[in-house]
Order: sequence, then structure tokens, then C-alpha cells
Amino acid sequence: MKALATTLLLSFFSGSLFADNIRIAVASNFTAAAKALAVSFTERTGHQVQVSSGSTGKLYIQIRQGAPFDLLLAADIERPQRLHTEGYATNRPFIYATGQLVLWSRDLSNIVDGIDILKSDSIKRLAIANAKTAPYGKAAQQVLDNLMATRRTWKLIRGDNIAQTYQFAASGNVDAAFVARAQTVLDKRGYSWAVPQVLYNPIHQGAIILKHAANKPAANAFYRFLQSDEAKSVIQHYGYITK
Amino acid sequence: MLDAILLTLKLATLTTFILLIVGIPLAWWLARSRGLVKDMVATLVSMPLVLPPTVLGFYLLISLGPDSPLGNLLTSLFGGPLTFTFSGLVIGSVIFSLPFMVQPLRNTFESIGTRPLEVAATLRASPLNTFFSVVLPLSRHGLLTGSIMSFVHTLGEFGVVLMIGGNIPGETKVLSIAIYDYVESLEWAQAHLIAGSMLCFSFIVILSMTLLERNSRKGSGA
Repeated sequence: MKALATTLLLSFFSGSLFADNIRIAVASNFTAAAKALAVSFTERTGHQVQVSSGSTGKLYIQIRQGAPFDLLLAADIERPQRLHTEGYATNRPFIYATGQLVLWSRDLSNIVDGIDILKSDSIKRLAIANAKTAPYGKAAQQVLDNLMATRRTWKLIRGDNIAQTYQFAASGNVDAAFVARAQTVLDKRGYSWAVPQVLYNPIHQGAIILKHAANKPAANAFYRFLQSDEAKSVIQHYGYITK
Repeated sequence: MLDAILLTLKLATLTTFILLIVGIPLAWWLARSRGLVKDMVATLVSMPLVLPPTVLGFYLLISLGPDSPLGNLLTSLFGGPLTFTFSGLVIGSVIFSLPFMVQPLRNTFESIGTRPLEVAATLRASPLNTFFSVVLPLSRHGLLTGSIMSFVHTLGEFGVVLMIGGNIPGETKVLSIAIYDYVESLEWAQAHLIAGSMLCFSFIVILSMTLLERNSRKGSGA
């Protein structure tokens, strides 16, 4: 009995001393990649990682309102920068991934023609993420503005974040959607057109450690892990460009 | 902002109107019949009270979408899918607010009892005539409560709209979504304006309903 109690006590202390639990806020486009990274990070260090996802704008507000996140992996560099200057972060943001915008359709195979299909009237409903809160939505808006401010034959549907936007297209509720390449690389269905980089500002995605992680070495460890070659290859696998 | 207000009022009015048409016969049937079928239907009607709006939103998204037979039928009827349209929101709101109309009506219908109906029958009133000239006037509390509750509840609808609305100004961007949008994009002055107005509006509506009910109860008691 005494031995059991000692074992339990020991495992409890060793648990709290060595294996920590961190919460990371992740922009919707990076959710799948972040979960994959979390798995290899846990295997390597024993630290548990909880992933919460949403649009970058929403996560930004939640953090400013005291949400208990240790790290933020955003879909832009502006908001992490702002959190840093506003004193919510302990370090300067670094770019962990550069995202690519694609126009994706489940059923329209001629989506690969890109600009031509946008100028034809085969798209009846087009989904983009909310340009105010989702950086990929902002990029999509830039593409639309650059291509054809005048001509618009479709109805524009707005997703709350890039994950919902993709869901609209994957469920067939819209004909096509501007989403992150990362969302489509693992989906065997559908057709996509990689939007030329000249049509939108580069989507540099920044990561920061937040004040909430002040006494958590695990948060620092994850931050370093994010810059490792192992993490980079995972991130590239999901369709991002890394430095 | 004005188009969000008008859109929301339009949605709530239309929903309440449809709910009156659907809810009165449904509540009457529920109040008058017995048996397992009735219990099953009553349960179905009450389910939106306990289900998360996301459950409803999810099923609506699937069933109104182009991949389902129902969605296909509706698409050919309406000339386009109903997801991300005002009509889609009306369907969602009607289901979502159904218990708020049916429950008060059913209670009122049950409280009338069979006596007034028998009296009307001895005076040779047809069942339909009885319903319109006896039952409905006696049920004005229930009608009023049901209508107001459905209206206010539709104003507050959020989860379903977030899932099947698509945030389209003038079509599906209702007040609750507009508030969400303003908060998310840091335009808190706008958010305060709408949120504060809705707070006051709801307070006034519920207070006046309480006062109205008390007054009319006094009136019918005298």
C-alpha cells in the first residue's frame, strides 16, 4: 500500500515536473499541420499539446481578452507583431510558414484554368473567408480586386474562417472557394488552381510565445521545435514554404 | 447596419407568420389527441429547445445542400440551393423557433377544455366556426405569447445562421452575425450600438408582455 502510494506520488511529481501541458492557438489553415507537429513534439518531449483553432482575427481578440494560450501560430505577421508591441507576447514573432492561396473546386475540373474560369460564368457561388479576420480571406479579396473589380457573375459567400470556407466547397454548397493550399494537399478529391503570387501579398504566418507561457519551458521548447528541420519538413509536407 | 436591422426584422416577422400558420393546427392537434404518435410528434417539436443550434445547422447544411435528394428537389423548385439564402434562413428559423410557438398555444388550447366546444356544438356551430369564433378568441394569450416568443427568439438566433448563412450583407447577415463580425474585427463601437439596442429591445418586449398578460388576466377575471 505504501509502495503504491509512493509510486503514485512519484508519478504525479514526475508528471508535473517533466511533462507539461501547453495550449496553442492556431490559425484555421494550419490546424492539420499543427496537430501533426503536436504529435511528433509529444513523442519527442512527453509534453502534451492542445490545439485550438479559429480565424487569426478571432484568436487575436481572444488573446487580448485573456484567453489561456501559450503560443499563437497566426496566419499573418501583423497580428503577432501587434500582440508583441501591445505587450501580450514575450518574444518577437518569427515566420514559421508562408502560405499559398489556391482556388479549389470539388466538381469543376476546369478550375485549373484559373483566371479564365473566374472570367467565365461557370462559378455561381464563390466562397472566401471573412477578409477582416482571416488573412487568407484578405488575400482572396486582393486577388478578386486585382483581377476583375468590374465583372462579377457569382454570389460571394463568406466563411467565418478558412476551415468553414473550405467546408462550404467540400460539401458542394458552393462551386469554388479560395482556400489555403494546405487544406487541399491531403484531399484526394477536387481540382485546384494555385493563384500566382503576384496577385496577392505574401501570406507570412508568424508565431509568438504569449505572456501566459511565462513559466512554461515546454512552450519555449515547442517554439524551438517549430524552427527545427523536422518541423520544417512536416510544414512543407502540408503545402507551405519555409525558410 | 440598417440593412442588417431590416433583414432581421423581416426574418423574425416572416418566421412568426409562418409559425402561426403551422403552429395553430399543430398545437390544436397536440392538445386534442392521445397516443404514441402524438407523444412522438410533441417530442420532435420540443427538440430544438435542447439541441445545440449547431446540430440543426449541420443537418440543414447537409439536407439543403446539393448532395441530398431534398436539397436537389428544393434547388429545382427555387432555382438554386437554399443554403446561404434568405429562404434557407427562414426554414432554419421556423424549425428553431417551433417550440416557442407550439408550446404556449398547446397549453392554452388544453386549458380551454371541452366545455366551450360542447356549448358551441349545441348551438349548431360547425367545428370550423367553433374554432374561429370560440377557440381562437379564448386563446389570445397563447397566440400573443407564442408570437412574441417566436419573434424574439428568431432575433436572437445565431448558431444556425452562422452555419448556413455565409455572412452575406442584405441576405443572410442578421444582427447577431453583424455583432459577431464587428467584435471580431475590433469595431467595438458598432458592436456596442447593436448589442445595447438589442438588450433594451428584449427588456422592453418581455416587460410589456408580462404587463400585458397581467392586465388581460385582470380584464377577463372581471
